[in-house]
Amino acid sequence: MSASAVIFYVLSALIVTFGALTVFTKRIFRAAIFLLLALIGIAGVYILMEMQFVAALQVVVYVGGIVVLIIFSIFLTSSGNDKATPRKWGRVLSAALLSAAGLIFSIGMITTHAFTPAGIAPLDPSVRNIGLQLINYKNFGYVFPFEVVSILLLAALVGSIVIAMKSKNQ
Amino acid sequence: MMEQVPLSHVLILSTILFFLGIYGFFSRRNLITVLMSIELILNSVNINFIAFNKYLYPHQLEGVFFTLFIITIAAAEVSLAIAIIINLYRRFNTIDIDDTDTMKY
Repeated sequence: MSASAVIFYVLSALIVTFGALTVFTKRIFRAAIFLLLALIGIAGVYILMEMQFVAALQVVVYVGGIVVLIIFSIFLTSSGNDKATPRKWGRVLSAALLSAAGLIFSIGMITTHAFTPAGIAPLDPSVRNIGLQLINYKNFGYVFPFEVVSILLLAALVGSIVIAMKSKNQ
Repeated sequence: MMEQVPLSHVLILSTILFFLGIYGFFSRRNLITVLMSIELILNSVNINFIAFNKYLYPHQLEGVFFTLFIITIAAAEVSLAIAIIINLYRRFNTIDIDDTDTMKY
């Protein structure tokens, strides 16, 4: 077993542990920190798969942006106590049954299905190649989704400011 | 680099993460925790896209682009959801999904 395989299995154990702690812990602030650690582990898996650009994006956007935003909103909305409200056991039981059934079904499908690689010479997933195809407007380039997603980001920016703004008469 | 790890193990990792997210989405009562579960689900999908791109179709970059757009849309989604949650907290003084049921009836 090579070093990268060992690193992959250690990283996956960490990701699953922190992901489980995110959904099972009772304190919401700790859940946010565990989510942060799980996301950093996922960035490590991307680096192992030689997708450095996606790993950098994961760290910058998820760890630097989304988790910080979640922690801010926890501070803005937690009313003193950081303990979660008591659970409804019926709902917990149905959620556990649903996810366990789905997990068993999906793992059964994955382990029995034979994946066949395309077997064509690999393309280097460097930032240069990604950028060339992202801005390309022919040869299956992604310039149209790129523009659409930039408009979506602008709309989300303006919309979240308008929604979270305090109105004058409050 | 990852030749010794079969594709199915990466897929099993992302499946476990996905169903942990599903469990949190359906069982938790705090809206911010539900949002964190959605982040786990989106990340498991990203791992799947990158793994399929790396193992099965290494001659093209479609998985990288899908991951890129999913990360962008997740950022937009989280910013909007948090704005809605903060507005909800101002109005009802709680972010429990069972207490904010004004539109239910």
